[in-house]
Amino acid sequence: MQGHAIELRDVVKQFPGTTRGSDPVLAVDHVTLQIRDGEFFSLLGPSGCGKTTTLRMIAGFEMPTAGEIYIHNRPIGYTPPYQRPVNTVFQHYALFPHMTVGQNVAFGLEMKKVAREDIHKRVGEALDLVRLPGMRDRMPKQLSGGQQQRVALARALVNHPEVLLLDEPLGALDLKLRKEMQLELKQLQERVGITFIYVTHDQEEALTMSDRIAVMDHGKALQVGTSLEIYEAPNCRFVADFIGETNFISGKVSSLNGADAEFEADGLKMVASVEAGVTPGAQATLAVRPERIVLSDTRPEDTPNAYLAEVIEIVYVGNDTRFRVQLAPTITLSVRRQNVLPVGMPALHGPGGKRVWVSWHPGSARVLVS
Amino acid sequence: MLKRLRESKSFRGTLLASPAMLWMIILLIIPLVLILITSFGGRDPDGNVIYGFKLDNYIRLTGYTENCTGIGDYFGGLIEAIANPAAYEDIQVAATKCFDPLYLQILWRSILLAFETTLIVILLGYPLAYYIARSSARRRNTLLFLVLVPLWTNFVIRVYAWIIILRGQGVLNSVLVTLTSLLGLPFQPLDLYPSPGAVLVGMVYEFLPFMILPMYTTLEKIAPSMYEAAADLGARPFRTFLRVTLPLSMPGVVAGTILVFVPVMGTFVVSDILGGKNLVLVGNLIQRQFLDARDPAFGSAASIILMAMTLAVTVYYTRRFGFGEEIASA
Repeated sequence: MQGHAIELRDVVKQFPGTTRGSDPVLAVDHVTLQIRDGEFFSLLGPSGCGKTTTLRMIAGFEMPTAGEIYIHNRPIGYTPPYQRPVNTVFQHYALFPHMTVGQNVAFGLEMKKVAREDIHKRVGEALDLVRLPGMRDRMPKQLSGGQQQRVALARALVNHPEVLLLDEPLGALDLKLRKEMQLELKQLQERVGITFIYVTHDQEEALTMSDRIAVMDHGKALQVGTSLEIYEAPNCRFVADFIGETNFISGKVSSLNGADAEFEADGLKMVASVEAGVTPGAQATLAVRPERIVLSDTRPEDTPNAYLAEVIEIVYVGNDTRFRVQLAPTITLSVRRQNVLPVGMPALHGPGGKRVWVSWHPGSARVLVS
Repeated sequence: MLKRLRESKSFRGTLLASPAMLWMIILLIIPLVLILITSFGGRDPDGNVIYGFKLDNYIRLTGYTENCTGIGDYFGGLIEAIANPAAYEDIQVAATKCFDPLYLQILWRSILLAFETTLIVILLGYPLAYYIARSSARRRNTLLFLVLVPLWTNFVIRVYAWIIILRGQGVLNSVLVTLTSLLGLPFQPLDLYPSPGAVLVGMVYEFLPFMILPMYTTLEKIAPSMYEAAADLGARPFRTFLRVTLPLSMPGVVAGTILVFVPVMGTFVVSDILGGKNLVLVGNLIQRQFLDARDPAFGSAASIILMAMTLAVTVYYTRRFGFGEEIASA
């Protein structure tokens, strides 16, 4: 049986109001999640969405107000952090400044009363694992941010936790180092085979590294799925908006045809994929990604979603050219096209005003009801 | 040349430091040099200082008297005084001995009291500083305010307040009398004032805030993630305290110790008011030499010895535990 490394059942966390008399804050609102063994799982959302609180409840720094958390099917909601088989990599590393790198990494093993020789050996292995051999006797403040990050990782991994919790561990690093560490973390996770739960507000980071992602907002887990599912089939407007760039068109569902819906907005008819449970006549939003929209001089034959539109604006941004096109008085879309040809299409450069065909495939657009 | 001087960083630093440095030179360094010069002098029958270079005052402080026949005689007396203090109780007998224990006793008593005071202040202050540091921001301000409130009243008046509490018919005894009579127990009012214990109580009371404040400052600076990281790695609260909290707060303990130990060594007001005439500390000795005995040269020598002892303890202590610059601001 494939077990769940972590399971959250209907977990709620409520904090008292910050000032006297203010309302309590619902940080986590009935979250249910199942995280598989060996998975790289991300909690993604804007700040204040409850992702960090969720992680802190798994670590044991916060106790849930209601609901239960299971680690490998054992309920752990109310055991203190020092008795949990999980370890955390903190946002600002939280290395002990008065201890050497070696002492920092050894701390968890000492607390578990591991034999001295074993500690020495395992600390060495952990430092090798994060590619910091020979740093054992340095003090944390003598290391760069990236190196401190690795020490924090080694300090957690050396304990062989059942689950490793990472709270925006790359947030304090510069962009280039962050990209490198993303790949390295992913490789490391595959090598050690430990379940990682990774909190981030950076959608690109989550998409790059995760096996599955839970998108959170206002304390709720809105959608759980792979990068592909989250990006291609968002289940609500928030997810579509938060992950990548999206055009939204307001309108209503006029009819259903299997997994496709016919959608009507400002007098235009559109065909798009739709979730089960949507009823004809419902108010809805159609989401279509800018890079999926095609511009052409003649009407394309292969899609029903083709409209003659006016180009309002053209902006050249190096690898892409961005267009703003108006389909109808209330429908303006942004379109992104990769500059595959050396100079793009000369006819389309300039302040706009030209009329072009705007089209997209039905599979590239999605009707959302919430 | 002038431009380069103006742009030089070290010159600017010197410029900024100069008012304070000038103040220190005029009011600290110069008087100190004068005290040092005076301490090698003597005293004429009218109480004026005769300047010279004699070690008489320092020799007198060690307890070496004119009765001594040599250094062996002196150490013999010193050992006898420690082993059998009763032999020195009779003034007539003591006057014939080589070793005079008076000044070394005063010095020893002062050091012991300073250590006791510091230790009690650390033990009382640390839990309170920890509690304040981990309170909510609003509560923290109130508590710190309460710690500082006593300092608004004059030092001497606060010491006098302890007489009212500790004397024979004082507040403490009255409360105890009432309580014991209610319970029907026999009670003799406690003889608490004047006494060495009263001095210790007064010292602890006076200097507690000076320990709490630096301790609070370092404890407050420890990020909550430090405690969380320790717990996350399997440390129970007590081990977290020993391995993380205590080492990280040592700079505050060291700073507080210096702020308490050094003044306690030199203070004479508390022992004067709460200790009675027979409890003499170095501070009282120095004060009496300058004012009552009119022997500034001997008083100066005692001051120099006090300073040397305080410095020795402070230097040893900071060498041993460090000021902790390397671990401050985690």
